[in-house]
Order: sequence, then structure tokens, then C-alpha cells
Amino acid sequence: MSTDAPEKADVGVGDYQFGFHDSTDNYEFKSRKGLDREIVGQISEMKNEPGWMRDFRLRSLEIFESRPMPNWGGDMADLNFDDIFYYMKAAKGQERSWDDVPEDIRKTYDRLGIPEAEKKYLAGVKAQYESEVVYGSLQEDLAKQGVLFTDTDSALRDHPEIFREHFAKIIPPEDNKFAALNSAVWSGGSFIYVPPGVNIDFPLQAYFRINSQNMGQFERTLIIVDEGASAHYVEGCTAPTYSSDSLHSAVVEIVVKRGGRFRYTTIQNWSSNVYNLVTKRAMAYGDSLMEWVDGNLGSKLTMKYPAIYLMEPGARGETLSIAFASKGQHQDAGAKMVHCAPHTSSRIVSKSISKDGGRGSYRGLVKVEDGAHHCKSNVVCDALILDPQSKSDTYPYIEVEEQDVAIEHEASVSKIAEEQLFYLMSRGLTEAEASAMIVTGFIEPLVKELPMEYAVEMNRLIELQMEGSVG
Amino acid sequence: MSSLLKITDLHVSVADTPILKGVNMEIRQGEIHALMGPNGSGKSTLAYALAGHPNYEITGGTIEIDGVNITELEADERARLGMFLAFQYPVVIPGVKVADFIRHAISNIRNPDRKEGEGLVGMREFRKEIKARMEELGMDVEFARRYLNDGFSGGEKKRMEILQMAMLQPKFAILDETDSGLDSDAVRVVSEGLAKLSGPEMGVLIITHHERLLEYNPPKYTHVMLGGRIVETGDASLAHDLHANGYAKIRERHPEAAADNAQAEAASV
Ligand SMILES: Nc1ncnc2c1ncn2[C@@H]1O[C@H](COP(=O)(O)OP(=O)(O)OP(=O)(O)O)[C@@H](O)[C@H]1O
Ligand SMILES: [Mg+2]
Repeated sequence: MSTDAPEKADVGVGDYQFGFHDSTDNYEFKSRKGLDREIVGQISEMKNEPGWMRDFRLRSLEIFESRPMPNWGGDMADLNFDDIFYYMKAAKGQERSWDDVPEDIRKTYDRLGIPEAEKKYLAGVKAQYESEVVYGSLQEDLAKQGVLFTDTDSALRDHPEIFREHFAKIIPPEDNKFAALNSAVWSGGSFIYVPPGVNIDFPLQAYFRINSQNMGQFERTLIIVDEGASAHYVEGCTAPTYSSDSLHSAVVEIVVKRGGRFRYTTIQNWSSNVYNLVTKRAMAYGDSLMEWVDGNLGSKLTMKYPAIYLMEPGARGETLSIAFASKGQHQDAGAKMVHCAPHTSSRIVSKSISKDGGRGSYRGLVKVEDGAHHCKSNVVCDALILDPQSKSDTYPYIEVEEQDVAIEHEASVSKIAEEQLFYLMSRGLTEAEASAMIVTGFIEPLVKELPMEYAVEMNRLIELQMEGSVG
Repeated sequence: MSSLLKITDLHVSVADTPILKGVNMEIRQGEIHALMGPNGSGKSTLAYALAGHPNYEITGGTIEIDGVNITELEADERARLGMFLAFQYPVVIPGVKVADFIRHAISNIRNPDRKEGEGLVGMREFRKEIKARMEELGMDVEFARRYLNDGFSGGEKKRMEILQMAMLQPKFAILDETDSGLDSDAVRVVSEGLAKLSGPEMGVLIITHHERLLEYNPPKYTHVMLGGRIVETGDASLAHDLHANGYAKIRERHPEAAADNAQAEAASV
């Protein structure tokens, strides 16, 4: 790492190590800044889309424009929609070999360690750079079994039936302002289809990279896990550090059919000038298991509450969420569980850490609809506050329209105990080591759920966040 | 040359309240000292001040190891110079595995110049070592995989303190009521353990209200604390006498300190 240290941008970014950026001179296409019908039309045209998608985009734009900004969650006063590039295409197309990816971009992914991880433990990779996917791979045997793993634009072109059956069905543009925005300007993202009974043992990985200043990235992900199938999808995200803001606003829709199992892991490490406003929702059918593992380490403001709709008896939903809010960051994260059928169960475990004036909020909803009897839900949220400047709040909402249910909710907030620090330091650990150890221990119940490589990565990122902060 | 821990006219305040009012003591490597005194007399305060607890403010006097003033040093720096405190109330650290913690700690102590992420004590030798020490202390090796003190019984926590001492091999160990809350078998195991571990390389300060630990580890000196001062120092027979007869005579002989102590006890209720 030290031989190829990324140059640090000249704003105070602490130890963020992914803050480097490439030149944008050789880009294939850049839209002008701002958003209107013309830009939306241009995106659709660039992509050579069918008319229905163009109409869908334009209708979504109207919804976006008609909706007020949310008056809850984080502070978005500085978010200027006119000061953003909504579409940028950095490379000609999507490559199947890293050698064919333009050199600048390939080097970026090398630095991020993606090709290396791919060789070691991934079943497939999608690398999105700005608005488009620049590299994609899938293990041959999985392709032979009928697994689809493409970027979402290709899916619209190559698998129109299954695409149209599910697209925007779980999260329609009317859902919220940012879902409407994404629907208007979406580009890239992953499309996954796992056929009945196919189990994918190794993770499918997507890596989202923003490179330009004032960039807006709006990937759209659609995942269908068919009956009795299983898979694990992991996404990572980073961006250069700039003094002006970027916007990332994704929509992720997932269907897990009867008896399927799916886990969606996010390790979000945007630079601290990125607004991360994401809508994620899954439908889990009979006896299936849907899990969100959501690690939020970066961004200026994150508002993200991955949802699971438990649609049929036996469906289970789990969300494990870790948020780390450091200087200038607000992580407003949580989960949403909607019990639509009897005999469904859900669990939410949320851990938030705030330090150096950061703010971590847990915002969660457990909803039990009328008729969804014999449901179980368990919510545990713990917050760790590392210094007096930092903040944590909890907004748990529970709506129950049924008698016969078991819902548990526990919340705790702890200050990093001076006694813990002293105890560890009295055994020879420095203050930084002791704090890092306490924080690592705090999130250990979640990290141990991650595959080993990601657990190591998560701990490393936490340690980086902790470095230089104390003492 | 054996090392010397020298405490000179030590004054310590907690939250601006003076607790220790001029403590003097000299402990050599290889010596065992007993520190006794009624509740609230300041024994734990001395222990914390020696270990470097940030809330225990040293308002006067010095602590030296071999002539080096450590009064201003942080707890971790003191630990690396050979100071160890077995806590009266060991702290729970959720999610941190005993083995990971101890391996990290001994790496820092044995190799004080090591850089973060480098020079951890080798896994195999570490495993062997911790297993041997745990067996000596009658601890199930499973404990190494558990989270530090999390869900431990009172006695298990105390044994964990002694295990840490055994692994860190300090020059000076302060044992703050390590024998309280233990059943009689556990007291024996811990007492024998300490007897094995101490020796010419370790100076020990045993804070206790009981006799068993001292039977196995007879002190060369017994100090009596009252009202934040060491009011008397004697040999092992003084400890024995206090156990048999209590502190009434001591209070009579030191009315001023006794009054201070009564005040402290009243205030802490
Ligand atoms: N952190 C603290 N905050 C406030 N007062 C304290 C604190 N620590 C110690 N004290 C006070 O200092 C005095 C001495 O306490 P200390 O714990 O040192 O006594 P001790 O001799 O160890 O007693 P025991 O035998 O009960 O353990 C007491 O009056 C106690 O209330
Ligand atoms: Mg005490």
C-alpha cells in the first residue's frame, strides 16, 4: 500500500484512503449539469431504450419534481440538484477482461483490490464506474446453470420479459422522492436471476465507484432468487474526496421466492462529501430467508432503511446494520420489516458508533398487518458514543394491527466507558488500540456474520476510522 | 539489581476531593507487601493512582520506578514499564476475545517498540503459553475464546486477572482484593498461583481483608491505611493481628486519620 499511496485531496479528509481520482478527459460522454426532460431523454437515447422505459423515466421525473424534500432524517439543505451531473459514461462498453478496461479505470479497481478478490473468492463481479458498468464476469458453470448476472441496462435489452415483470414493481417511482429520481435517471446497477434450486456458494460482488466531482450515481439493481435457490451479493462503494458534494441514490429491488435464501451485504465507504440516499426493498415469500447486512462507514449523509416484506407464512427477514458516523457525517440508517402474512419472523440488529462529532441515528419500523398472527419480531439496537461531541438517536416505530404477535425491542446507548479504556490501557494497549478494540468488540456480533474476507475488510476500515482520532 | 517502586508523599484527589494525603512506600522486586485498612481508607485509590487511572489526579508527590518519575505517564506506558493492577472490579469488554486481548497486550509489553500490526507474539507459542498458564490456574481453556469478563462469575473474573498477570509477568503487581468473592477452593488456587508466579522477579502489593492469600504469600511488610495515609507499617504479624482484632486499636492510636476515614465512609454512603 505504501508504495502506491493514493494522493490525498487537499480537504480535511482524515484517513479516508480512497479519496484519489482519475482524469475525466477521455470520457465517452458527459451530460451537462442539472436535470430536466431533455437530460432524461438524452440518457434514454444514449441507452437506445424501448419507448416504455423512456416514458417511465419521464413520468418519474414529474413525480420527483412534484414531491417535497423529506422533512425528516438528515439535513439536505446543501444538496443542490442543479449542481449535479446526472449521467457520465467513462468507457465505451462493458468488458469481460480487465485488460480491455481503460487503463486509468483498471488501475483504480486494482487499487481497490477487486481483480485480486475476484481471483480468490468471488463467483462473479460487476464494476460500475460513474454511470455505467465497465467490467463484468460470471463463473462459467453458473452461467451454464442459467444464472444471470449482468448490468441492469443489458438486462432490459437481453431479458425483457423477466425484467419488465419485476422492474419498479417493488419500489414504484411514487414510493418516495429519491426513488422517483432514480427511476428518472437510473443507469447501471446489477441484475441477478438465480434459477430454481441453484445455490451459488461464493459471493457475487459489485463495486460502485464515483470518480468525478459533483457526480450523481443512480444505479438500479433488480435481483430475483427463484424457488429454493440461494445466493450472496456484496456491494462496495467508494468515491474521491472533493470539497463539493456528490449524490448517490440507488434503488434496489429483490424478490426471494418460496424456499429461497438471499443475503445482500453492503460495505458503504463513500467519501465524506457524498449524499447517500438509497431505497432498498425485498419481498420474501413462503419459507424463504432474506438478509440485509448493511455496513455504513462513509458518506456525508446516509439515509437508508433496507426493508423486507414478509409475504407468506414461514418467511424470515433479518437486517444487521452497522453505522459509523465520524466527523461531519450523519448516518441515518435502520431497517423496515413488514409482516404481511402469519407465521413470519424478523430480526433487526443495529449497532451505531459515533465519534468526532458524528451523528448516528437508528430509524426502524416493524409493522404487523391485520391477519398476520403468530409473528415474531426482535429488534436490538445499541449505540456507542466515543466522545462528548458525538451524538446518537433512536427512532423505533412499531405498528401492530394484530393481537397474537411477539415483538421485542431493546435499545441501549453506551458512552465508551472510561473504565473499559483504562482497563485495557493498564494492560499495555495504547489509547488508540484500546478504543479500536472496544469498537471492534462492539460490532463483533455483526462482523462475525460476514464471510471472512469481508470481516477482515470491515475491521480494517474500522481501525482506519479509529486511527488518528484519539490521543 | 532489583527494581524499586518508590512512592513519595503521594497526594491523590478524585473529582477534586482529596483522598490520599501523603502516602510513602517502597516496594522492591521480590518483596511481598500487604496493604490493609478499613473500607474507604483509600487502598483502591492508591492502586488506581499507581496504575495511572486518569480520574485519579495526582496533586502532589511522586511515583518512581528505579528513579524514573512515572507520575505523568499514561496507564499503558506504566504497564510497559512493568506495572500491573489486578482490579477489585474487573471490567467487561463485550466482543473482545480473551486470547486476542492478551496476545495483543503481551506483544506490547514484551516488545514495547513494535509498530501497530507488526510483531505480534507468534500464534503457536502464544497458544501453548496461555494454555499452560490456564491449566496452572485451574481454568478451562475455553475461557480464552470467550469475550473478556463477559458473563464471568465473580470468581472467574478474579482468576482472569491472575491469568493476565501470569502472562504479562510484571515487575510490580498490585492485587486489589483478588481474594474476595472467591470460594475457598478458588482462594487456594489463586493463592498458590500467586506464590508460584511471584518470586525474585516480582514485587507484590496485596490489598486484602482476608488471611488466606497472605498465608500462602507471607508479606515482608504490612501497611495499614487509614484516612488516606499509611499510619503503621509492620511485618506479617501485624496483618495477623489486624485480622484477629480489627482496626479499633489503630483508630485509637491515630485519631486524626480515623476521623478522616469516618468522614470518607459517611460521604460514600
Ligand atoms: N471514583 C470515585 N468517585 C468518588 N469518590 C471516590 C472515587 N474513588 C474513591 N472514592 C472515595 O475515596 C475513598 C477511598 O475509596 P477507596 O475505594 O480507595 O477505598 P478502599 O480502601 O479501597 O475501600 P474498600 O476496602 O471498601 O475497597 C472513599 O471515600 C471513596 O468513596
Ligand atoms: Mg477497594
